[in-house]
Amino acid sequence: MSSHTFERSGALSKRQQERLSRGALYVLLIAVATVFVLVPDWANIQEKFANVEIIQRMFPDVVTIAAKNTVLYTFTSFVFGLVLGLVLALMKMSSVRPYRWIATSYIELLRGLPALVTIILIGFGLPITLGINIPGGTLGKATVGLGLVAAAYMAETIRAGIEAVPKGQMEAARSLGMSHFWAMTSIIIPQAFRIIIPPLTNELVLLIKDTSLLFVLGTTPVTKELTKFGRDLMSNTFNGTPLLVIAVMYLLITLPLTRAVAALEVRSARAR
Amino acid sequence: MSTQPATGSSHDGPAINVIQLHKSFGDLEVLKGIDFQVDFGEVVCVIGPSGSGKSTLLRCVNRLEEPTSGTIEIEGVDITDQDIDLNLVRRHIGMVFQQFNLFPHLSVLRNLTIAQKRVLKRDQSEAEDVARTNLEKVGLLDKIEAYPNHLSGGQQQRVAIARALSMDPDMMLFDEVTSALDPELVGEVLSVMRNLADEGMTMMVVTHEMGFAREVADRVVFMDGGVVVEEGPPNQLLENPQEDRTKSFLSMVL
Repeated sequence: MSSHTFERSGALSKRQQERLSRGALYVLLIAVATVFVLVPDWANIQEKFANVEIIQRMFPDVVTIAAKNTVLYTFTSFVFGLVLGLVLALMKMSSVRPYRWIATSYIELLRGLPALVTIILIGFGLPITLGINIPGGTLGKATVGLGLVAAAYMAETIRAGIEAVPKGQMEAARSLGMSHFWAMTSIIIPQAFRIIIPPLTNELVLLIKDTSLLFVLGTTPVTKELTKFGRDLMSNTFNGTPLLVIAVMYLLITLPLTRAVAALEVRSARAR
Repeated sequence: MSTQPATGSSHDGPAINVIQLHKSFGDLEVLKGIDFQVDFGEVVCVIGPSGSGKSTLLRCVNRLEEPTSGTIEIEGVDITDQDIDLNLVRRHIGMVFQQFNLFPHLSVLRNLTIAQKRVLKRDQSEAEDVARTNLEKVGLLDKIEAYPNHLSGGQQQRVAIARALSMDPDMMLFDEVTSALDPELVGEVLSVMRNLADEGMTMMVVTHEMGFAREVADRVVFMDGGVVVEEGPPNQLLENPQEDRTKSFLSMVL
């Protein structure tokens, strides 16, 4: 019977071996889970991270002040970044070389620095050294500080979107007598933004998380965003519950957005 | 209209007059001294093998391509003059592309009205009236609310023709407008073009459709290797070509 060259000669068949190794993986999992459940002091952990009394104390302020401010700072800096990013993208594609240099330098510089450094520069560097105060208090500083960083990232995304619009679209618009300006604003840019909605939404999610850096601005009780709110309360109570609550708040904001990005990507992939 | 340059009413010469046109892409010379005319009301078909420069010639006529040297007169105005207002010139020249190039983010109606409003400063109701008239002409009035990607290739190309017509051009340029279509959709586009020709539209048609050239053209121009090899009435050029290059091209396509 030497013709069955594919059959192993050992005691276990291929299928039996697979079943055995799968079983071993389950045994390992159950062992780890058992240790995880039995070893920690769960009562203490619940007291320190899911303290019902502290959770009750956090509401409604964690929503009406902290989450509201996180969303507000995200929105204003996103709009600021989008407008500046569009300007930078157009500069980067300009036929005037110095414009391209300026845009490229800005993008490389701001992407190379930690966002925190830019926020400190706007919040403290400019007022202390040059007496330049961004108007609008914490909101103004947050908008400009985060927006400057966001613009650098969005500029590259927007430029890629504009370049992804087929060349024939510009030619058709120009052949109808439209100026370059009208062709860009009513034909090219609207199509570019459709292409970049998924990456821009990703940018938005990153921005939501980056608002946590705004704690350095020394916010007041009514201008605190989620991270500062949670951290201050943790210091007051010596309890980790506030962190758990703000983590849930962040996820309530970001998860729907990341799901939306995934849905949009599926849809735009189907449209092609 | 009469105060603007490049309008047909006051000009007696040819609609399009190309004189000694050269065009190079880097080291590659695509057009090697072209002389070419289209009179008002005339339909001229330009034929030739791919790479002969016929599409480049057409695209130079509204300066989508920058000529390297030579003169292009549209209704008597030299449009290679760097001081010319190209947007003004292009209003008078309708163009239809091989790839349709409809604006996919706009409905058929807005494809037809956007340039009327932005360029000709027509108000919404006037622009819509013009759009309806031209959609009816191409037989697609029922698609007025549709978006381009819901239309067949033939329908998209007919909308593209209606879009160009909505600017009330003095002449139309057709750049291989049936080459991207499935064979069964070619006929509907050609029949729209035939109707346009019957109405007396001035047309420059770069095409591979020899049947269309034979039936509709007043004159056929054969290009090869960046020069005009031969031109004449369709029955003469297509049935009894004088040049060897014309003969060998026609023997391959007919």
